[in-house]
Amino acid sequence: MKRKFKIFRYDPEKDRKPYYKEYEIEIEDGWTVLDALNYIHWYVDGTLAYRRACRSEICGSCAMRINGKNRLACKTQIKTLGKGTIKIEPLPGLPIIKDMVVDMDPFFRNLEKVKPYFIKYSPLPEEEQLQTPEERDLINEAAMCILCGACTTSCPSFWANPDYLGPAALLKAYRFIFDSRDEGGKERLEIINDRNGLWRCHAIFNCTEACPKDINITYYIKKLQNLAVNNQF
Amino acid sequence: MQIEKYYHKSDALVVGTGLAGLRAALALADAGIDTITISKVYPTRSHSVAAQGGIAAAIAHASDDSTELHMWDTVKGSDFLGDQDAIEMFVNEAIKTVYEMEHMGVVFSRMPDGRIAQRRFGGHSRPRAVYAADYTGHVLLHTLFEQCIKKKVRFFNEFFVLKLVLRDDGVVSGVIAWDIRNGGLHIFNAKATLFATGGFGRAFKITSNSFTNTGDGLALVLREGLPIEDLEFVQFHPTGLYRLGILVTEGARGEGGYLLNGKGERFMERYAPERMELAPRDVVARAEQTEINEGRGIDGKDYVYLDLRHLGAEKIKERLPQIRELAMNFLGVDPIEEPIPIQPTAHYQMGGIPTTKRGEVLGDGKTEIIPGFYAAGEAACVSIHGANRLGTNSQQEAITMGRISGQAMAEFVKKAALFPIPKEAVEEAEAHVRKYLEGKGSVRPFELREKLHEIMTGKVGIFRNEKDLSQAVKEIRELEEEIHHIHVEDKGMKFNLDLQEALETENLLVFSEVIAAGALNRRESRGAHYRVDYPKRDDENWLKHTLAWKTPEGVRFDYKPVVITKYQPQERKY
Repeated sequence: MKRKFKIFRYDPEKDRKPYYKEYEIEIEDGWTVLDALNYIHWYVDGTLAYRRACRSEICGSCAMRINGKNRLACKTQIKTLGKGTIKIEPLPGLPIIKDMVVDMDPFFRNLEKVKPYFIKYSPLPEEEQLQTPEERDLINEAAMCILCGACTTSCPSFWANPDYLGPAALLKAYRFIFDSRDEGGKERLEIINDRNGLWRCHAIFNCTEACPKDINITYYIKKLQNLAVNNQF
Repeated sequence: MQIEKYYHKSDALVVGTGLAGLRAALALADAGIDTITISKVYPTRSHSVAAQGGIAAAIAHASDDSTELHMWDTVKGSDFLGDQDAIEMFVNEAIKTVYEMEHMGVVFSRMPDGRIAQRRFGGHSRPRAVYAADYTGHVLLHTLFEQCIKKKVRFFNEFFVLKLVLRDDGVVSGVIAWDIRNGGLHIFNAKATLFATGGFGRAFKITSNSFTNTGDGLALVLREGLPIEDLEFVQFHPTGLYRLGILVTEGARGEGGYLLNGKGERFMERYAPERMELAPRDVVARAEQTEINEGRGIDGKDYVYLDLRHLGAEKIKERLPQIRELAMNFLGVDPIEEPIPIQPTAHYQMGGIPTTKRGEVLGDGKTEIIPGFYAAGEAACVSIHGANRLGTNSQQEAITMGRISGQAMAEFVKKAALFPIPKEAVEEAEAHVRKYLEGKGSVRPFELREKLHEIMTGKVGIFRNEKDLSQAVKEIRELEEEIHHIHVEDKGMKFNLDLQEALETENLLVFSEVIAAGALNRRESRGAHYRVDYPKRDDENWLKHTLAWKTPEGVRFDYKPVVITKYQPQERKY
């Protein structure tokens, strides 16, 4: 079956401004958008640039905008995209390096601000710290985040203000603040309890819709807001 | 064309940011050593992230396990090619590694009393796999990344290493890399360099491996005239999603999944009556391929079924959520309702850069330590896995050996001097990229790769024979000639994926010849290496490690003895 792709192209070395280029290729049943991009890159246009690695929905490399929605190219089956031309663009809100490749450094810098690591001040036991399955359940979903950036770059608050920590960083904060073993909750909450943190979330739910791992990010941000309001630390 | 050059100095350099690389970087940072990591990708994209089932350690939470049993299972699993001194150290350190990772916050799955849970895995006689549902690699890798952020490790992400700098005096003093994002050569000068560059699965057509797993470290080492150990041992994982090769964790069988052939039989009964589906991977992959070759695949085709239906919806959702998602999305099959079509998939390299038990690279493969050069993880060969790795031993090896190597490097660096990088090395690296950026060939990188895939999967796969292997060696050598006629369409500096693929393709060809020639050379069957013309293990002639060098005339071999301490080789039955 033939399908048309309208792909965002921009090479700052030679293009004065971005443009879209159309490719029509024969696709096979079961192909994902990543399969199509690979095909185009390998057989049609070797200058096309995009990121990809695991092609099994876990490394987070290939997040991009497909038909107006942030998704992982490797997870998006072409047959789920209707019949028309498929439009492929980079994630919005981040500087473009080339074609679908955006600069993820601002995203990771925001992550670093929330102390995205386990903090423990009390002495550690010789063996493991105990954690019941119920305690673990609180953070299980949040710990599944693959840092693909689909959520943060779908958020209008982030588009308007790149200093906003964004859903991914807040989710990471949640993952540690609600970890029964962690002792850095209070200092982390102080960081995110800020107008560029928790309070820039207006519950638009774009992040939750964009998340390729189906994590209910807005829900966790709301739980953090509750915690901040009730000042439980 | 102008190619800019940038110079960096650090005490330690870590190439590769999977589990081994990040754990080493953390050990170095903990010791107060200024450390740079270099990776082709952002650290969390490294292929360790795709590891699913678990990490082995005899913490004995779910059984009467012991380090002795873990050692015996690993030795037997290796088909007696693993070095027993290394394995003994490994099984003891493994316990420490699990608790240490837990102390860094890893969300391991738990038992009702709050202790770490364990599950069964192939070739392990006890439930020994510590896990986090079926995304264990993901949580381990992210946790190490987080700790490296905390310790302010300096990350150089999206850099492609072009050259290992091995000086004439035999000292390694860094690497030269291409900046994928912006173009340009970056010269990284360091007192010590660690290669944690991962595996080579992308040499094969059907593989569980990420696009990034092109065995770059192996090629860089071979190019410097150094040997590689035991590369003929390639692990084919028994359960790759049909046609795609995407991994379905062995944990699915650990939780009780069955393998069924086209007649609906649990065919493992005939191959491993005791362990059944939980025999080691070499045994199960061969059994599957035999069923397929003899016409007992599903509808006579080239796949069999992994059946999880009897586990029930609740267990599948709790313990194997990622597997369910992958099967539904890629094959349209919900494992709660239907069996999953699977086939063997190229998964792991048992061989690699020969090292000591401290991760020091051996220049002659035997005893001669190269000052300033270390290797760890899948890229290295200690050898813990011998001829066949047990599931969950690789994540364990990556982290444990990453830590040990990092600590060894830290000690070294404190006493070592910084040796400069010779300008000839820089010129060589520059010529290497210019060859592609300025070349006017006609062969596309992917054409060569596809040819290589056919050769490797068709002739250097699960079942091997003299005729196919000699043909494969010849054909790979012909492809190595073709690389000089490659056409890189993209001539730009910025994120030039075409250039990267050309460089990777050349790397694939460099070491693939070593795999095929090693398999041709080893006239016996042991672990994952199976010769239909020599179907028996031959301890008299082949209880030894292969060391292989690239020469213009072909691959040159030497050997070294296996370290045997506690367990004499015996017949391997499951």
